[in-house]
Amino acid sequence: MSFNIIVLAKQVPDTRNVGKDAMKADGTVNRAALPAIFNPEDLNALEQALLIKDQHPGSRITLLTMGPGRAAEILREGLFRGADDGVLLTDRAFAGADTLATSYALSMAVRRIRAYDIILSGRQAIDGDTAQVGPQIAEKLGIPQITYAEAIERAEAGRIRVKRRLENGVETVESPLPVLITVNGSAAPCRPRNAKLLQKYKHAKTVTERQVEHIDYIDIYSSRPYLNLTEWSVADVDADPQQCGLSGSPTKVKKIENVSFQAKESKLLTGSDAEIDELMRELIANHTIG
Amino acid sequence: MANFYTDTPQFPHYLHHPLMKRIVELKERNYADKEKYDYAPMDFEDAMDSYDKVLAVVGEICADIIEPNAEEVDQNGPTVENGRVTYAAPTQQNLDALNKAELMGMGLNRKYGGLNFPMVPYMMSADIVSRADASFQNIWMLQDCGETIYEFADEEQKQRYLPRIVQGETMSMDLTEPDAGSDLQAVMLKASYNEEEKQWYLNGVKRFITNGDADIHLVLARSEEGTKDARGLSMFVYDKKNGGVNVRRIENKMGIKGAPTCELVFKNAKAELVGTRRMGLIRYVMSLMNGARLGIIAQSVGICEAAVREAYGYARERCQFGRPIIDFPPVYEMLANMRAKTDAARTMLYETCRLVDMYKILEDIGRERKLSSEERNEMKYYSRLADAFTPLGKAMSSEYANQNTYDAIQVHGGSGYMKDYKCERLYRDARITNIYEGTTQLQVVAAIRHVTTGTYLQRIKEYEAMPVTPELEPLKRILSEMTQMYEKLVELVTAPKDEDYLDFHARRLVECAGHVVMGHLLLQDANRNATLFRRSAEVYIHYGQVEVVKNYHFVTKSRIEDMAYYKPGITEE
Repeated sequence: MSFNIIVLAKQVPDTRNVGKDAMKADGTVNRAALPAIFNPEDLNALEQALLIKDQHPGSRITLLTMGPGRAAEILREGLFRGADDGVLLTDRAFAGADTLATSYALSMAVRRIRAYDIILSGRQAIDGDTAQVGPQIAEKLGIPQITYAEAIERAEAGRIRVKRRLENGVETVESPLPVLITVNGSAAPCRPRNAKLLQKYKHAKTVTERQVEHIDYIDIYSSRPYLNLTEWSVADVDADPQQCGLSGSPTKVKKIENVSFQAKESKLLTGSDAEIDELMRELIANHTIG
Repeated sequence: MANFYTDTPQFPHYLHHPLMKRIVELKERNYADKEKYDYAPMDFEDAMDSYDKVLAVVGEICADIIEPNAEEVDQNGPTVENGRVTYAAPTQQNLDALNKAELMGMGLNRKYGGLNFPMVPYMMSADIVSRADASFQNIWMLQDCGETIYEFADEEQKQRYLPRIVQGETMSMDLTEPDAGSDLQAVMLKASYNEEEKQWYLNGVKRFITNGDADIHLVLARSEEGTKDARGLSMFVYDKKNGGVNVRRIENKMGIKGAPTCELVFKNAKAELVGTRRMGLIRYVMSLMNGARLGIIAQSVGICEAAVREAYGYARERCQFGRPIIDFPPVYEMLANMRAKTDAARTMLYETCRLVDMYKILEDIGRERKLSSEERNEMKYYSRLADAFTPLGKAMSSEYANQNTYDAIQVHGGSGYMKDYKCERLYRDARITNIYEGTTQLQVVAAIRHVTTGTYLQRIKEYEAMPVTPELEPLKRILSEMTQMYEKLVELVTAPKDEDYLDFHARRLVECAGHVVMGHLLLQDANRNATLFRRSAEVYIHYGQVEVVKNYHFVTKSRIEDMAYYKPGITEE
């Protein structure tokens, strides 16, 4: 049994190591100052896809990402870890999309890919933290969804069993295929890049990259078709331009505030049992814990 | 994201050494593999880019997985039950990560699934791994036994064993026995040939075998009954799948606790002969040992790097008398010396790698076609230099690993003596580096003939001929003074033609050669990149100068008769 798997991934600014120039004066994220990375939970999702492929040889993993041209880097990162091919959804008309417009565009791209059994994505992206895109795509495609997945326990013909990590414990659920699964950060971390795949795919490029950049090894793109990354525009996925990008986004940012955390009070403890008891009582009393 | 490759600018510096172009061209046979393998490089730039990217993967695994695991590995270590070893869980996790990344068999030919990396990037991975967890380097580096199989086994054996190494099966080299340590000629493990079965069997005991429960073992054994010396020893390969070897115990060591050090009992263990009978020690182990010594240089450098970083980090944060202690001259002098010794050991490591690369690759090409007389001369030239630099580098760098970890504790003060700080583990891990694969005293034995025959001096003269910028001229002058002293010392010590007298001063002579050689290498580094190496060049050359002067003084003021005061028997011993 083999599966066709689509992994949805996003290139995000690395908000985990934010310096003082992370925000611009107008309150928007200064993307130039933050390194662009593979959204961490999307890497967890990719690992789940790779684990399915390990167990079911012949399965095929397609990485799908939407973003500017440089988001092709995400596709290469996926190929280095064992994905089979990658699609970059890129068009000026996609810019400024909120979750509704994003899920519309991605669902149109998924339709164009056509054959799929499992769609995996991270639970949420660290730049927006909405956790809405995955579920919205499932709705638009009319397929079941499993959120907060921590492990795929079994994948078999037409069915999948998944362990979910919830606030109060774990839950194991089953679903028919095709299904969309969003994966939690608590799932297995993604494997490292593979030395051979890295060397095999490092020259993989989209059409735009091949046109824009100085190309060293121009001949290899015809002799090695796997080095050509697929690039799709609004027209390629038959999307309605009105529903894409800014025009398809009902969400409007009204105001952005900088919040700075401050420690109001601090207490120094010597670590004696009595003091620890006292502190525990206090924390339980004010509902910090318990 | 932390990365132990990208956070160390010295690595790209050495990776882009001018000689690399020729090394890579030879190693890649003018990039012929690009037609056959989708991961082979197109040209020199492409190969360099691949080394850089693959090393970044090693650096990431080391920073994210291996280093964070190191403390637990040190505390729990491997266990043995019913003759089988189980690694500490995090050690296994390290191994799994590297295997998944297909990093095993880094130096092996693509024909067997390897990455075909030259020594320079291959040892860089060892340098990085050792910084993360010195004990893991022992397991990682034993893949080098594959190199010995590649060089000496027949094609059918290579086809069977080498792809298994690439797929992550581990290796061990079983040489030492209870009565055969430094003196491997005394090896007694018996190899007997059953004519009917056409099968070799091994019987006996091996001791202190690193990773002794490996999947594939290279074993030195006595195949010629009645012999007592090196000429009766042959090399065998033992496959764990065949059974017959059990681990009797694992040693409770001071450091590198993650690497299981085993006592092995061979009971009618089936084995295969590698290469020719009687050549085991004379030829194969010597080659194996040289590779292993290069690995210990890398391990020493990695430990040095870890120690320097720990010490700098602590000295910046720890405040006394209202200031970070790094502001105090006695502390920053220690730190500068540590950095200089680390850089010196590292530049020596990659110089040695280049020499080994040049010689080994030409030798390998010689297996495919007849070398031109020019190439043969070149091979001989590099072979001699590699032979000279390996023991010198091993001696110097392993002593520096000890000195630097000692000083790292000193910088930490009382805290460094506590197990809470990493420098305590580094100190214990470093202690073996100048003992195994030949003690420093034995490295001196191997190196001294290159002092007396002038191999080092010849190379030093070549360095002297290399131009440097005017700012570096004063340092070059110091090195030239040091060289004159070294030459004078060699003359003084060899003049009496007294073996004992030469042995007595041998270490001093070898160390002087080391200071001059490493000083020159740092000078060349500073010439290529002043920002990165100027300070270390200044500090190291001044430090080396004092050491040479000290040795010079000792030798010139000593008489042969004075040796009597050191000999046992005169005093109470």
